[in-house]
Amino acid sequence: MGRNSRYRSWARPPAPGPQGAVRLHWRDEQLPEGGGPFLAYGNGRSYGDSCLNSGGTLVDLRGLDRFISFDAETGVLRCEAGVLLSDILGRFVPEGWFLPVTPGTQQVTVGGAIANDVHGKNHHWAGSFGHHVRRFELLRSDGSRLLCSPRENADWFGATIGGLGLTGVILWAEIALKRIEGPAMEVESLRFSRVEEFLELSRASHNAYEYTVAWIDSLTPGPGGARGLFFRGNHAAGHHAAAPSRRKPGLPVTPPVSLLPRAAVGLFNTAVYRWPRRRHAVAHYEPFFYPLDAVPNWNRLFGRKGFYQYQCVIPQDQAGAAIGEIIARVARAQEGSFLSVLKVFGNRKPPGWLSFSRPGTTLAFDFPDRGRSTLALLDTLDEITDEAGGAVYPAKDARMKARIFERGYPALHRFERYRDPAFMSDFWRRVTSGDTQQGAANA
Amino acid sequence: MRRVLIIGATSAIAEATARLFADDGDRLFLVARRKARLQAAADDLAVRGAEIAGCEVLDVNELDRHRAVLEQAEHALGGIDVALVAHGTLPDQQLCQASARLTVQEIQTNAVSTVALLTRLSELMERKGAGRIAVVTSVAADRGRQSNYVYGAAKAAVDTFLEGLRQRLYKAGVGVTTIRPGFVDTPMTAGFEKGLLWSQPETVAKRIHHSILNGKDVVYVPSFWRWIMLAIRLMPRRVFKAMKL
Repeated sequence: MGRNSRYRSWARPPAPGPQGAVRLHWRDEQLPEGGGPFLAYGNGRSYGDSCLNSGGTLVDLRGLDRFISFDAETGVLRCEAGVLLSDILGRFVPEGWFLPVTPGTQQVTVGGAIANDVHGKNHHWAGSFGHHVRRFELLRSDGSRLLCSPRENADWFGATIGGLGLTGVILWAEIALKRIEGPAMEVESLRFSRVEEFLELSRASHNAYEYTVAWIDSLTPGPGGARGLFFRGNHAAGHHAAAPSRRKPGLPVTPPVSLLPRAAVGLFNTAVYRWPRRRHAVAHYEPFFYPLDAVPNWNRLFGRKGFYQYQCVIPQDQAGAAIGEIIARVARAQEGSFLSVLKVFGNRKPPGWLSFSRPGTTLAFDFPDRGRSTLALLDTLDEITDEAGGAVYPAKDARMKARIFERGYPALHRFERYRDPAFMSDFWRRVTSGDTQQGAANA
Repeated sequence: MRRVLIIGATSAIAEATARLFADDGDRLFLVARRKARLQAAADDLAVRGAEIAGCEVLDVNELDRHRAVLEQAEHALGGIDVALVAHGTLPDQQLCQASARLTVQEIQTNAVSTVALLTRLSELMERKGAGRIAVVTSVAADRGRQSNYVYGAAKAAVDTFLEGLRQRLYKAGVGVTTIRPGFVDTPMTAGFEKGLLWSQPETVAKRIHHSILNGKDVVYVPSFWRWIMLAIRLMPRRVFKAMKL
């Protein structure tokens, strides 16, 4: 493994097959001749194998971490693809600007946020990250450089947003930040005990709350489907919130076994649900958006075998029934998800051909890897999702079958013509059938 | 607000250090060899809060241009509070052993150009009677080793030069900081296997920035290198010459 052992995915500590790596440091550099297939690699926060390239070469983009320009009037930021969201917040929150969309960790690169078209708690208002990308430059393995926007090279723009780093390397991007008054958030939390109740809370909060998300107890769903906590919030005006202390100790090494046994997860879930909490609170944005960033390397809690993340989206008319069934199956299997998250997406058309977020309700779990029983459960969840016309999130997947991917992402055949022929990932090898790749060769 | 001149501004160590000056809103003048990269570094530092007084493309081996570039920098900055000299190349020791020409060229880039720059720079700063000169040398300067003594010799020449310069400029109120980094994960060392002793440029930059602001004379970055190099220096020559370092 040598010097490339640091290139892992987030959920699966076992190393992939041998893969090389090159680091780009400047926008005027080219990809090395030969040495492919390549895959763009950001900060390695994809959970499964979409950021891995066994037998190929990762193009590490963390060296491209420069800002290029910022317009203090409009909030338009141009920066290199390896800039972390935390760098952007650190620089611009004090000036009154915030990310238009942010996932649950700020430790991702701008390029990664585009390639996975990440979403946040404000999807019902703002859509996904790709909706706020105005322009980017794509470097292809043939040395060409494409400026892409909704008007220039629009096909490449649509293919690259959510394109899993397979269309080439994003060198820089232009995104529009949004105005905030300060770092404080006004947050409300409400208990619910049934899926319908959650959906009702989401509907009722849609117009008045920019951010909504729910946490559910996946071990003890209760009689009516799902017990959990619903959080809704807005950026606060004029409030000051103390910033959390930086860098708490994380796990320096990966323990051989999971530190999250079933019983502990059960106790934790019950405690969180039962714990008396204030309904209204003013909080700093960091714990609200990034609770897990406070524990660096939290992924190591799952031990050497790692874990599986599972996230699916279910169309709204099927949501009540399908989500209820998924939660019941998970509870019955007693696989013990530590943090299970539920959120209703808004109705904006996804900006990328392979974007995950789409109108519907999304549900996410993390399961310690217990081998076959875990995989069997995940297959069952795939079937329920597929039956309901939903899709599974590639950024979090390490095992879905080609059929499930094809059904959730019908644009993949069109996408295949835009994939850089010298680019490949372990994920893509796994989820594309022979037919698709044949089609690309003929195109 | 400090007025900071950085030579070799696109080196990973210099760029990371410059960001710390930018965070403070300092005024910077940047010098580097390649125009597009110099511009990329300058744009980044400007967005991060620096005031960019100017940029100039310079190949440090063009000794004739040193005076003009330094005067331009001094003029644009309105005086120099800190001058960080951070350019350099990492010679291929094997190729140098087979080529006197290449060896001399590497000594030229890593020692002669620096000494020439420092001569002019110390003249400017001695006249003003204030400021600090900080120069990136290397732990390799501490003892010649078969694996990279061309680089080590060049850095040792600069290091000794700085020792004398420090004594001379002390009387004029100008400080001199010698920075001896260990193994740093940068484009310069892209081809090396990285182990436990390796540091990231951001870590190294914090210590450099702190040392400059606090007027340190000689610093190892990270500091544990002080003890590693002490052990290497103390090794008897009889033993040392038979080793494979």
